Amino acid sequence: MFRKRPEGSAATVWVTVEGREVQVPAGASAAAALLLAGLAATRETAVSGAARGPYCLMGVCFECLAEIDGVPNCQSCMVTIGPGMAIRRQHGKRIATPQ
Amino acid sequence: MTPQRIDLAVVGAGPAGLAAATTAADLGLDTLLLDEQDGPGGQIYRGIERAPDGRNKTTPLGVDYLAGKPLAAALRASRAGYLPGTTVWHIDADGTLSVLDKNGSRTIRARRIVLATGAMERPVPIPGWTLPGVMTVGAAQILLKTGDLVPAGRSVLTGQGPLIWLAAAQLVRAGAPPALILETAPHRNYHAAARLLLRALWPARRQLAKGLGLIREVRGAGVPVVREAVGLAALGRGRLERVAWNGGEIAADLLLLHEGVIPNIQISLALGLEHRWDAAQLCWRPVADEWGATSLPTVAIAGDGAGIAGAEAAALTGRLAALDAAALLDKLDPAERDRRARPIRKALKRELAIRPLLDALYRPAPPVLVPPDDVVACRCEEVTVAQIRRAARLGAPGPNQAKAFTRCGMGPCQGRLCGPTVSAVMADALGKPIAEIGTYRPRAPYKPITLRALAGLGASPSAGS
Amino acid sequence: MQRIDAIVIGGGLVGSAIAYGLARAGLKTALIDEGDVAFRASRGNFGLVWVQSKGLGAPHYQRWTRRSAEEWPKLAAELVAGTGIDPALEQPGGVHLCLSDQELDERRARMEQMRAEAGNFGFDYRMLGPSELKDMLPRLGPAVVGASWTPYDGHANSLYLLHALHNGFVQRGGVYIPNRTIDYAAAQPNDFRLGSGADEVAAPKIVLAAGLGNAKLAPLFGLRAPVRPQRGQILVTERAGRVFDMPTTTVRQTVEGGIMIGDSMEDVGFDTSQRPDVMAAMAERAVLSFPWLAELQVVRAWAALRVMPPDGTPIYDESEQFPGAFTANCHSGVTLAGAHANVFAAMVAAGALAPEMVPFSARRFDVPQAA
Ligand SMILES: Cc1cc2nc3c(=O)[nH]c(=O)nc-3n(C[C@H](O)[C@H](O)[C@H](O)COP(=O)(O)OP(=O)(O)OC[C@H]3O[C@@H](n4cnc5c(N)ncnc54)[C@H](O)[C@@H]3O)c2cc1C
Ligand SMILES: Cc1cc2nc3c(=O)[nH]c(=O)nc-3n(C[C@H](O)[C@H](O)[C@H](O)COP(=O)(O)OP(=O)(O)OC[C@H]3O[C@@H](n4cnc5c(N)ncnc54)[C@H](O)[C@@H]3O)c2cc1C
Ligand code: FES
Repeated sequence: MFRKRPEGSAATVWVTVEGREVQVPAGASAAAALLLAGLAATRETAVSGAARGPYCLMGVCFECLAEIDGVPNCQSCMVTIGPGMAIRRQHGKRIATPQ
Repeated sequence: MTPQRIDLAVVGAGPAGLAAATTAADLGLDTLLLDEQDGPGGQIYRGIERAPDGRNKTTPLGVDYLAGKPLAAALRASRAGYLPGTTVWHIDADGTLSVLDKNGSRTIRARRIVLATGAMERPVPIPGWTLPGVMTVGAAQILLKTGDLVPAGRSVLTGQGPLIWLAAAQLVRAGAPPALILETAPHRNYHAAARLLLRALWPARRQLAKGLGLIREVRGAGVPVVREAVGLAALGRGRLERVAWNGGEIAADLLLLHEGVIPNIQISLALGLEHRWDAAQLCWRPVADEWGATSLPTVAIAGDGAGIAGAEAAALTGRLAALDAAALLDKLDPAERDRRARPIRKALKRELAIRPLLDALYRPAPPVLVPPDDVVACRCEEVTVAQIRRAARLGAPGPNQAKAFTRCGMGPCQGRLCGPTVSAVMADALGKPIAEIGTYRPRAPYKPITLRALAGLGASPSAGS
Repeated sequence: MQRIDAIVIGGGLVGSAIAYGLARAGLKTALIDEGDVAFRASRGNFGLVWVQSKGLGAPHYQRWTRRSAEEWPKLAAELVAGTGIDPALEQPGGVHLCLSDQELDERRARMEQMRAEAGNFGFDYRMLGPSELKDMLPRLGPAVVGASWTPYDGHANSLYLLHALHNGFVQRGGVYIPNRTIDYAAAQPNDFRLGSGADEVAAPKIVLAAGLGNAKLAPLFGLRAPVRPQRGQILVTERAGRVFDMPTTTVRQTVEGGIMIGDSMEDVGFDTSQRPDVMAAMAERAVLSFPWLAELQVVRAWAALRVMPPDGTPIYDESEQFPGAFTANCHSGVTLAGAHANVFAAMVAAGALAPEMVPFSARRFDVPQAA
């Protein structure tokens, strides 16, 4: 869906998206990493299971919910990536883990 | 736990908040600037501290973007405290802010608060707008500002307003021109605007020239433009595949929507501030006086959160709110406040001269506010326009009862995105003006907070049942 | 002027349930309500259909609550069939968790007294220890020392209930009239008139079910409803897969998956603002009860006002001065919806409250209270 501008800044960070390594410009959000990894649908809703992707990227719509470093339902557009961050799609309702 | 005590809390580090915090600190107020983003700049100047420095560096974002540099630098040079990555999740009328950062939740007690929480893009509920691959124009801009990312494949921009031309020009410069622009401004807007053009021509000459320049730049780059596009729809299975309008259809990987920006009133509504319906900008705005003072004695509001006026005006209103805070907290003589405000007001008047023209020219067409029945109005709870109409038919007198009946506005976005649509649809269904119908009454937490963070706030468990 | 059979003032759960029952009984009924923003406890409650602690020292209230819990499934089934809106009733029994030995002792004493007062009617309850609770609830924290349990308790989605009642009411010919705050009425025995001119409505029966509004309305009809506001705050988390099969008094999972955490009791007048310190205390108790809840995000919260009679027991009354005027006031409109729709409405339709309702009369406040 999105690509890096070749002239863009050189600093990058490695993260994993759905377990796959992706090189993302420093300062970008986890939502940007999902998009850069080529995912359009980044979650399924908790209501009907419909596929959704980020919409506003400014923290308003909560369409970018994703699992970040094991924490479900993170607003990924408001999380700046860090080295080694593990980003995954959010599948419907989160799991609460009473064990 | 005793709260940190300060003179002034400024919420939001866009141009309004940056200017307010810097000015207030310079006047001797113990000031804290809070923002949930990890750097200063707000929406327009997002990622500004990472932007290239020096005279000969250029960015596809343009010179207006770089105008954010000195604002951010002034903040850093000032004595104002700046807390990035800090979300305000509750504000009490007495001036206590509950804030959340990576260490958890805590409270800050301010003698005065300036809300500078800015604007959001107006929701554009067209059929298919929930498909992955449909985003806002501002979202694409944010990707460019924070990560140097540009659309890959075919992108279509649709909507209207100055920002769509700015974004299109930025994408052209960034080497990713859109495949098509579908401009939605209805023809009759031009007639309405023509009347105002003469009046704005001289005072707003610079802005007008800039705007026309952007349009020329985009057209000059060979980007096709369809004007007066109506009946827009995003089509595809599981993701966007095509964009259709009355009279055409195009394959697309990305659809970017934009119908202007509206004040982000989540906090001002939750605080119970008085609001009014702005019939020119078709949005709710908090009622504020010439200093930004609101109906609540502790709270002022500055920037686009008080009504859309743009980045330069935002910085100016931020300064005014700071001057007033200094006067109210006895750091500045009222006469001196007025004297310092004079040149600011003059500049503000210049900035505002173009607004009536822009408001008329880019007034959204009726279906933007009241979409067709099968369109999803509330994306979080997946509630359609038809369901909201049904609630109205059953007697729900307004958006809050409709919310109780249909769950619209109860999802994680707390009605930020469906609020405008639900109010307009209720008004339409009940045959009443939106001003009479009202809007949601949102509540804290303004942003989600874990029970762990909430529990750590440190109150004795005396209440509870 | 429009002549109808009955007027109900107040479109919250109490008024809607009664209006629904009246319309179902064939009475041409108008339900009069305020606008979009009003004190409306029915839009801010915790959704329990709760029996185990209701009616301590007031056996008639205990029986009334049990009766309502029994009527609930019938009402729910009827509403689903008639309106397609499912109020999501579940009655698997419920527990009240105790986080200290003192809480546990107090609870035990309370439950014993409830049984004693139930007399021949019976009151089935058990005090459970942590090991028994383990099989009923998802992992509990070490702070939980025990709990009380009864089979009568349950929960529902009270907003769907409100929606369904409004829907069913309109379907059965009821007229819902919002955006009216009644502050005057012409009252005569069996003749009540509201509004004026073409808007005037007249009926031989009127039911005051205006929640906190009843305090002011009742005297116009020769009635008394000395209810006061009591604030309650509630937290709701993000949706999660189902983990709770049974509600507790302070934590329950909704059909949608969100976990609700309730609900404070604050006497602060007509103030619906939220207090972060109270929210924190509620969160703390929830996390002590279920430590794993700590990771869940609260996505919504609110404060609302309960409709509280002076002694906590509902007030049901009929006017001696103006026969035909009735009032209903309670702080458990979800729980009592079954009784209101199926029992109380039938009494109003028949023209008089049954003798069993006498102890609920506001006349009880005339007698000096024993300590
Ligand atoms: C997506 C988008 C892109 C835009 N791009 C442009 C552009 O390129 N050019 C242009 O001229 N105009 C643009 N605008 C218009 C913009 O509204 C103004 O130009 C300008 O940004 C307004 O400044 P402000 O200071 O009022 O608010 P903003 O710049 O919007 O700043 C508000 C700040 O408040 C913070 N905030 C909000 N809520 C909370 C909270 N609860 N806790 C902590 N912090 C919070 C936000 O993180 C944000 O940083 C854009 C608007 C949007 C919505
Ligand atoms: C935090 C909280 C938690 C709760 N939890 C539970 C629970 O778990 N289980 C349970 O059973 N109950 C619970 N309740 C109580 C429940 O919500 C009941 O519905 C409540 O007791 C009162 O219902 P009501 O219809 O009498 O009042 P309301 O819902 O307040 O409705 C009164 C209606 O009358 C209208 N009105 C008022 N004055 C006038 C006037 N002058 N003219 C016209 N209309 C008027 C109002 O607009 C309103 O619509 C809880 C309440 C709260 C606040
Ligand atoms: S994309 Fe809208 S909140 Fe993240």
